[in-house]
Amino acid sequence: MSVTRTGPLPAGPAAEYDVVVVGAGVVGCAVARALARHPLRVALVEAANDVGEGTSKANTAILHTGFDAAPGTLEARLVREGHRMLTAYARESGIPVEPLGALLVAWDDDQRAALPGLAEKAARNGHHRTRVIGGDELRRREPHLGPGALAALDVPGESVICPWTTTLAYATQAVRSGVDLHLNCRVDGVVPGEPWHRLVTPRGALRARYLVNACGLHADAFDALLGRHDFTVTPRRGQLLVFDSLARDLVRHILLPVPGRLGKGVLITPTVFGNVMLGPTAEDLGDKAATGTTAEGLAGLRAQGARVLPALLDEEVTAVYAGLRAATGQEDYRCAAHPRQRYVTAGGIRSTGLSSSLALAEHVLGLLADCGLDPGPERALAPVRMPNLGAAFPRPYRDAGLVARDPEYGTIVCHCERVTRGEIRDAFASAIPPAGLDGLRRRTRARAGRCQGNHCGAELRVLLARYGTGAP
Amino acid sequence: MNRQVDVLVVGAGPAGLAAAARLAAAGAGRVEVLERESTAGGVPRHCAHPGFGADARGRPLDGPAYARGAVRAALRAGATIRTRASVTGWAGGGPATGRLAVAVTAPGGPEVVAARAVILATGARERPRSARLVPGTRPAGVMTTGELRRTAVLPARLRDLAGRRAVVVGGAPVARYAVRALRAAGAEVAAVVTEGPPARGIGDVPVLSGTVVTELLGRGRLTGVAVRARDGRAGTLRCDTAVFTGDWIPEHELARRGGVPLAPGSRGPLVDGRFRTAVPGVFAVGDLLRGVEPARVAAAEGRSVAAAVLDRLAGACGGPDGVPVEAAGALRWVVPGLLGAEPVPLLVRVGRPLDRPVLSVSQAGVPLRRERLPARLVPWRSVRLGPHWTGGADPAGGPVVVAAGE
Ligand SMILES: Cc1cc2nc3c(=O)[nH]c(=O)nc-3n(C[C@H](O)[C@H](O)[C@H](O)COP(=O)(O)OP(=O)(O)OC[C@H]3O[C@@H](n4cnc5c(N)ncnc54)[C@H](O)[C@@H]3O)c2cc1C
Ligand SMILES: Cc1cc2nc3c(=O)[nH]c(=O)nc-3n(C[C@H](O)[C@H](O)[C@H](O)COP(=O)(O)OP(=O)(O)OC[C@H]3O[C@@H](n4cnc5c(N)ncnc54)[C@H](O)[C@@H]3O)c2cc1C
Repeated sequence: MSVTRTGPLPAGPAAEYDVVVVGAGVVGCAVARALARHPLRVALVEAANDVGEGTSKANTAILHTGFDAAPGTLEARLVREGHRMLTAYARESGIPVEPLGALLVAWDDDQRAALPGLAEKAARNGHHRTRVIGGDELRRREPHLGPGALAALDVPGESVICPWTTTLAYATQAVRSGVDLHLNCRVDGVVPGEPWHRLVTPRGALRARYLVNACGLHADAFDALLGRHDFTVTPRRGQLLVFDSLARDLVRHILLPVPGRLGKGVLITPTVFGNVMLGPTAEDLGDKAATGTTAEGLAGLRAQGARVLPALLDEEVTAVYAGLRAATGQEDYRCAAHPRQRYVTAGGIRSTGLSSSLALAEHVLGLLADCGLDPGPERALAPVRMPNLGAAFPRPYRDAGLVARDPEYGTIVCHCERVTRGEIRDAFASAIPPAGLDGLRRRTRARAGRCQGNHCGAELRVLLARYGTGAP
Repeated sequence: MNRQVDVLVVGAGPAGLAAAARLAAAGAGRVEVLERESTAGGVPRHCAHPGFGADARGRPLDGPAYARGAVRAALRAGATIRTRASVTGWAGGGPATGRLAVAVTAPGGPEVVAARAVILATGARERPRSARLVPGTRPAGVMTTGELRRTAVLPARLRDLAGRRAVVVGGAPVARYAVRALRAAGAEVAAVVTEGPPARGIGDVPVLSGTVVTELLGRGRLTGVAVRARDGRAGTLRCDTAVFTGDWIPEHELARRGGVPLAPGSRGPLVDGRFRTAVPGVFAVGDLLRGVEPARVAAAEGRSVAAAVLDRLAGACGGPDGVPVEAAGALRWVVPGLLGAEPVPLLVRVGRPLDRPVLSVSQAGVPLRRERLPARLVPWRSVRLGPHWTGGADPAGGPVVVAAGE
């Protein structure tokens, strides 16, 4: 097990792997973790300098039940199963999850009329506990909704989750269980061969008997390296606004729009960090790097948010960002086994990959078996317990026993998010340490609050210099 | 651990320290100041330039010296100051339940400190890029003056933070500070971009007034900012650093979590002329009320709150009194937001520059006073209106409206 970020890759037998997973987003990390249960030599290879640097770091962080998926699709099944698996996994590994439930709010008669159909669809997706509620109950449960909310579909089980901890937990568990993680290591070429494929990266070459493509937005480009042109990924941008935690009391559920002729519309949801999120937009683009926000995008979101939850607009915005969904023109994932190439593609994981990740990983293992991989016996994974970033669960700054043992947990550095020096030190000493302040933010919440580093930026830079030098 | 004090002050900046000094000297009992930073003194600690008055012998004071003096005065008066003690919330059901106690995190362990009166003096912060809704990418090299100011004492970090070529966003006097700090760190300042008119004294840096930043560019590190002038002209300024200055928002989290209502214009706690909030036993002073003012204004508020706090300790249970004071026209805010029977001065600030300002005060539509001011009004400087401005107001009447126009 090792994590590398710089320098030449291992050579000789150390560079030979049974399986190489390319792409360390939530999907690739989940696949690597699933493979780590078997006595295989596995590498997880990622172009960026950290795990989860692609779409997996910029989504709406909802653990979907799959109630609204297209029934019968692979996506519908994997989201449904993934929801169950990740809910259980989160509990044992310390990933914060809050099962708030969703309300699909109807604002006009057409939307109200659509609710029973949506309940029926949910039932076809195995979700039998949805229920249409009237305006009175809706207002009781969401007192700050704007005027004109008529009714809603109540969807228990829809949850909010920490997307960063999830990806990191998978990767950490994979690494601790023997997987090699090579960061800053984009695979630029594949020389197919028997028994080894040769993967060319700027840091040297790796050899793999089996290959998994978990390249997210670039899954089509990676397929092309193996001569495959099965689909094209079109990035669909989603811009988001995150509001101050002082807005948290305004909303109790995940407020979803009723899908209609005018597109999906935007949602408003609490986050596990205690913020409120508004978004996302849906814009088809040509550029797979266009993760910037736009004035029109943000203004549009605010206009829609003002209707759903008027008081939200008075609160401060703590973050604006955008993520890119990997759309492929098909209302489903694009997962396939290519046995002759000993190669599996997990592509087109569009807007539900966080929810489905654990089930998708099992599915990919099945596809690898279809390619002839004999994974061997199963063994237990090294256990992980992730630091809690969730506002609904205990954090170190209020833990008297912990502070008594180590006063570093009583020294708050990031005041807005109450992140202590002990947590920052721990992040740098962890199996996959952050590469910089952004990675540190995703691991600890430091600099993620309302002041965005106004108060703590200076001290964090000192800590980065002190602890960060030992990073691999 | 649980402790009990008489007066708890949250925040050891000029306002909190002045309140503590005055109250300790007046025999208010145990007066304790909690400060989350490792050193007391507040913002002036990071302002290594003169402008903070003079010492007893008339020598000009810089920020750190001013801060040290304020700390010394509070200690000498008998107040306790605890640093690295972060107030993270209210204990129990909060002050609305009648119990005044806060949750504190410190290296010695979390604790609850109960008090008979709590003075909030938590200051203000600059709105970061996100709160200003500036679109674009999220590169490194984007910060507020606060972050720059705090990094200025760490030369090794500062060079990296300040980059090579910077753009300063905002026209208030803090922009001047940012320009100076960036240059001291070896960065070239390409321009100051400001929506309004420029403040004086930016020096030889090009100032693009009437201009907004429309987008941040670059991945990894900032590579430029797109700007657009009011006349529609647009362009891109190449830079690897952008410092967002001014645009203050009170650090009002504790106040709000304690159920303290805010004043609409300033977003600071609504107080009366004696700095009482609507929650009995909770007081608010300093930049928390409305953003940055000179330190002497914040300190004066700290001293003024003492009288009402002493009354409370003596058993008076009066809430804030008076009629609402509202800002209208070109005025952005007015402090205090409640006007009682005692005549008090008002502090007001405009949202846009007024070349020939006319200020007026009225109550329930009846004009009380109207005056043309001798000097221009600008959004980064407040005006103090003496008690005579509101002398005629009826403390039992309707809302008092203070308006500014031309
Ligand atoms: C706005 C938005 C909201 C969303 N909301 C939700 C939600 O609420 N719930 C939910 O379940 N899902 C949601 N999603 C979807 C979810 O985020 C994605 O499905 C998921 O993150 C996809 O993960 P991935 O691992 O496939 O892709 P990515 O996270 O993009 O990972 C792919 C990785 O592959 C790497 N890579 C690419 N090419 C190479 C190469 N040649 N060599 C090495 N590495 C390479 C990339 O650097 C990247 O890190 C949302 C998505 C968006 C955009
Ligand atoms: C760049 C700049 C230059 C300036 N130059 C001048 C000048 O030249 N002359 C002048 O007179 N004034 C100047 N000022 C203004 C002056 O610094 C302020 O008016 C003054 O600091 C306000 O005092 P305060 O006590 O209200 O707030 P602050 O000084 O901001 O103090 C608030 C304190 O509360 C603490 N705090 C906040 N929340 C908590 C919590 N939950 N628990 C514990 N502690 C907490 C903070 O750490 C901080 O120390 C300048 C300001 C800036 C930003």
